[in-house]
Amino acid sequence: MIHKPTPHPWRCGPRCEIDQSMNAAPLHRAGHRFLFDPAGVVFWPAQKTLIVADLHLEKASAGAVRGQLVPPYDSRTTLDRLARLVRRYAPETIIALGDSFHDTAGRSRMAAEDEARLARLEAAHKVVWIAGNHDPQASSPSEWMIDTVTLRHQAARVTPGSIEFSGHFHPKASIITRAARITRPCFVVDHQRVVLPSFGAYTGGLDVTAAPIRSLFSRGGQVLLLGADRLHGFALADAARAARAA
Amino acid sequence: MQAVRAGQHALLIAPTGGGKTLAGFLPSLTELAHTPTEHLHTLYISPLKALATDIARNLQAPIREMDLPIRVETRSGDTPANRRARQRDRPPHLLLTTPESLALLLYAPGAADYFAGLRMIVIDEVHALAGTKRGDQLALCLARLSMLAPAARRIGLSATIAHPDAMQRWLSPDGRGSETTLITGAAGSAPVIEMLVAPVRMPWAGHMGLMAAGAILERIKAARMSIVFVNTRAQAELMFEALWRHNDDTIPIALHHGSLAVEQRRRVEAAMANGALRAVVATSSLDLGIDWAAVDQVIQVAAPKGVSRLMQRLGRANHRLDEASHALLVPANRFEVLECVAAMASAAAGELDGEPPRPGALDVLAQHILGCACAGPFHPDALFAEISRAAPYADLARTDFDDVLRYVEDGGYALAAYERYRKLFRDAAGLVHVMNQKVVRQCRMNLGTIVEAPTLKLRLGHERGPMLGEVEEYFAAMLRPGDTFLFAGRRLNFVGLRETSLIAVDGGVGEPKIPAYMGGRMPLSTHLADRVRALLQRRADWDQLPAPVREWLEMQALRSELPGEANLLVESFPRGGRWYLVAYCFEGRQAHQALGMLLTRRMERFGDQPLGFVATDYVLGIWSARPPQDIARLFAPDLLGDDLEEWLAESAMLKRSFRAVAVIAGLIERLHPGGERNRRQITINTDLIYDVLRKHEPDHILLRATRADAAHGLVDLSRIAGMLNRIQGRITHRALPRVSPLAVPVLLEIGREPISGLSAEEALLNEAAALVAECFNDPQADPAPLALRAAM
Repeated sequence: MIHKPTPHPWRCGPRCEIDQSMNAAPLHRAGHRFLFDPAGVVFWPAQKTLIVADLHLEKASAGAVRGQLVPPYDSRTTLDRLARLVRRYAPETIIALGDSFHDTAGRSRMAAEDEARLARLEAAHKVVWIAGNHDPQASSPSEWMIDTVTLRHQAARVTPGSIEFSGHFHPKASIITRAARITRPCFVVDHQRVVLPSFGAYTGGLDVTAAPIRSLFSRGGQVLLLGADRLHGFALADAARAARAA
Repeated sequence: MQAVRAGQHALLIAPTGGGKTLAGFLPSLTELAHTPTEHLHTLYISPLKALATDIARNLQAPIREMDLPIRVETRSGDTPANRRARQRDRPPHLLLTTPESLALLLYAPGAADYFAGLRMIVIDEVHALAGTKRGDQLALCLARLSMLAPAARRIGLSATIAHPDAMQRWLSPDGRGSETTLITGAAGSAPVIEMLVAPVRMPWAGHMGLMAAGAILERIKAARMSIVFVNTRAQAELMFEALWRHNDDTIPIALHHGSLAVEQRRRVEAAMANGALRAVVATSSLDLGIDWAAVDQVIQVAAPKGVSRLMQRLGRANHRLDEASHALLVPANRFEVLECVAAMASAAAGELDGEPPRPGALDVLAQHILGCACAGPFHPDALFAEISRAAPYADLARTDFDDVLRYVEDGGYALAAYERYRKLFRDAAGLVHVMNQKVVRQCRMNLGTIVEAPTLKLRLGHERGPMLGEVEEYFAAMLRPGDTFLFAGRRLNFVGLRETSLIAVDGGVGEPKIPAYMGGRMPLSTHLADRVRALLQRRADWDQLPAPVREWLEMQALRSELPGEANLLVESFPRGGRWYLVAYCFEGRQAHQALGMLLTRRMERFGDQPLGFVATDYVLGIWSARPPQDIARLFAPDLLGDDLEEWLAESAMLKRSFRAVAVIAGLIERLHPGGERNRRQITINTDLIYDVLRKHEPDHILLRATRADAAHGLVDLSRIAGMLNRIQGRITHRALPRVSPLAVPVLLEIGREPISGLSAEEALLNEAAALVAECFNDPQADPAPLALRAAM
C-alpha cells in the first residue's frame, strides 16, 4: 500500500464540501464564455446564470416510501452545496435542468425547514425549473432558450451554430491511472453539447461508455472529471468502463 | 457424553478427525429410540450446507440399518419450497441446517410451536462461527431458542482453539459460561511439518511461490493425494497453471476456490472422495468441510499467516487420530521463511493464535430485532433480557440496544422525518409490532450476514454458454475485449459483457491478468509476529534456516542490527536522492498501512517532506525528500489523534465496511445475484449515504457499527496502540549509509502494491491528466477542446 500525502488533506468526500480555492475552467462556445465549476455546475457570466442538473431532491424520502429508511438529509445537503455556489457566483438566474425533485410528490414531503430555504432561493433569484422525466409538471417548461443556447433535461437534436446544455444521464467516468482506477462524476462536452453531472447528494451515475451517452458523442468528446479543487480533462475515448456502484 | 446425558450443555474441543460430529448425535438417537415424538427433537447447525448434507447421509445409514423410526432432513437455501412447507407442517426429528436457515425459521410467526419440543442443539465447527457476524446472529438465535425451548441442551463442537473459555461463554445459555462443561478430546499425534526450500535462489519479495512449482510437483508425485493450499484465489490460478507447466506425466491435479461454479467445485470434491485425483490446489474454500480420508499430504504455499489457520489446514490430511498428518510449508520469500519456521515452532509447542472475542455487531442485532418482530410482538425489556444472554451481547448497554431498536423502528434519525414510514409500532401496552406484511417480506429477503461484492457470471462462448464461475465486477470492468485472463485454470480471452454475464472464449494469448479479490489477504497474526521477532534474536535457532536466509540475517547483523523482541528497530538511509525510513514493526499490513498514513502526516508537520510509503506484513517503509529528523518524537503515542479519525473516515475500507453494515442492518436492499433489479426499486450508492450521514449525524448507530468493524478487523487499531505503548523509550534508530539487507524486500514492494485513498487519487488524476495533455499538445490532434485544456 502506497500512500502519497498531500499538503491539503481532505476534510470530506469529493462531493460534499466546496473549498474556496476551487478553480473553475473557462470554456468558449459559439462566442459565449462559460465557467465549468468542479462542483459540477456551469456559470454563464454574461447572463449571470447558474446552470445545475438533476438535484433529485427528496430522493431519500422516496426510498422511505418504499421501505428503505435511508438518512433523510439529502435535500439539506444538496441545498447546502447549492447555497455555497450561489454565494460564490451571485447569479440572477438559476436554471435547473430537470429532475429537480426525485418524483412529483417530492416537494410535499420536504421538511419545513428545507422547503423554507427553497422558497427563499426562489424569492431571491429567478429560478427556472425545467421539467424532467422524474418531475414532469405542466407548469414547467420542457426547454429554455437564451440566445443560441438551448437548455433542456435530456439531450436532443442540436442545430448547427447552437449550443445545448442538458442533464438526465448523470455521467461518470473511470480513468485508469498508473496505480489505480478512479471513478468520478463528470461533464461530457464536445463543440456543441454539454452534459452536466448530477448535483443531488444521493444521485448515482451512468458510465460515459454506456450507449446512451456514447451515441450523443459519436464523433468524440471530452470528459471533465470532478476533482477536489479543479477539473481533470480526458478524451472520452480514454474513459474505461466503470464498475457498477455497489 | 456423560455431561450431555446428565442434561448439561457441553463444548467438545478436539482436533479434526476425532469422530466428534457423529458422537454428538448419539444421545439424540438413544432418546428418540426410547421415547418417540412428533416434534422436532434435535437441531444440527453447521456453517456449511455441504457439511449438513454429508452428516445427514452418514446418519441415515445407521438409522436405516437399525430400523429406527427417526426422520432426518436438511434445510438450506437450496431446499425446494414444497419440502420446506412439508418440514413446517410435519417437522423431522433431526433437522440439519445453517445459521441463516435457522434464523428464517425463528423469524416466522409459528416459531414458538415449532421449536417447543426441541431437546438438543448440536453446533458444528463453532470455531468458524464464534467471533464472526454469522456467529453473532447464531448466538442471538440460540438465546431465542432457549426461551422457546428451555429444556434444549447445547452441544458445541470445535477444533482446537486459543481461547476455549471465550468459546465456552459463547456456547453457554447465559452468555457467561455457566452450566456448560468443557470437554477437551485427546490430542492427536503431532503433525510432521517440514519446510520445502526450492533449489533455486530464495526470492527477496513476492507472495506467489511459483518458482517452487517443480519441487512441489515432485512431492505431489511422492504422495497418494495432496491438497496444495494457497492464500488467495489469484495465487490459486497461478499455482495451478505453474504446476501444469511442469506436469509432463499429466497426473490429475484440480483447482478449487470460492469463485468457481458450485457444480465445478462439487465435481472436484467428488473426484477427491473417490480417489481420482492426486492433488487439488485450493484456497480457504477447503479449510472447512467434509472429511476426505484419502488426503495424506497438505502443502501450504506462501506464509501461513497464523498458526490456528495452519493447524486447521493440516487437519485436512489424515482424519485419523492415530496417524500423524504430513505437511509441507513452501515459503515464497525470505521473510516468509522466517514466518514458516516460526509457525513450525509454534505448532510443535502446541501454541495457537486467535483473536480474543469482540463485542457483537450492532447491524446484526438490528436484523435480529426486526426478525423477532416478524415472529410476533415483543416487549423491549424482555427482548433486551433475552439478547443479553447471548455472549457477544452480554455487556451491551441498554442505551445501545434502545438506539438499535429506534433505528429499526423508523431509521433513528434526529430529524424526525419518517414517522409515516415506520417499520415497527408500539401499542398501548408497550409491545412492539411489525407495521405490515411488506416489512416482513423485506426482512426475509434481506436475511443473513454475508455480504458479497457484486459479481458477474463468467460464461464460455455466449450468454447461455456453460458457467465457469463468478468474478467480481470491478475486475470485469478492468478488462478490454481481447484481454487474456486466467480463470478456473484456463487461459481465457475476454469477449464482452452481456447483462449480468461476462463472456469469454478459450485461448487467450499474451500476459494474463488475474482476477483480484477484495480482502483476499489475511494479516500476520500477533502470535506469529512475536515468534518471528524471537527467531531473529535467537541465533541458535538459525540452523533451521536455509543458507541464503541465514547469510542474509548475518549480513544484517553486520551492517545494521536485528530487530529485537521488545524494541523497535528503525533504520534510515539515503538512496537515489531520497531518504528512506524503514520500521520493523511486525504488526501486519493493515496496521502498517494506518501507521504509514499517520507517520507521513506527522513528518509533513516536522518538515521532512515525506513522498510516500509502502507496507508489508513485517515492515513499514517511508521515503521523503529530506532526512527524517526526530525518530522518537515521530513515534510518540499521541500519534493516534485526530489525523487517524479523519483518514479512517475517508478510507475506502470504511466505506466498504459501511456498505456491509447498511445491507445487514436492512438500510438498503440486498441485491440478489441473478435476480432482475426491480425497476421501481430505489438504489442509492452507500458511499453517498455514508458521506451525508457522517456530515449530519456522525454518531448514528450505523456509523458506530461501521467504526466498530474497522477497529476490530480492517485497521487493527488495537495493534498500533499496543505497539506505540510497548516501544516508548525503546526505539533503536540506525542511521545507515546505504540500504540494509533486511530493508531490501520492502523496497522491492514499492510500486507493486496498489495505491488508495482520496488524496492519492487526486495526485494520480493530476498526473494522468497531465500525461494526456502532453500527448494531446499537438494542436492538430484534437483542435476543439484546446481552449479548455489551455485554461486548465
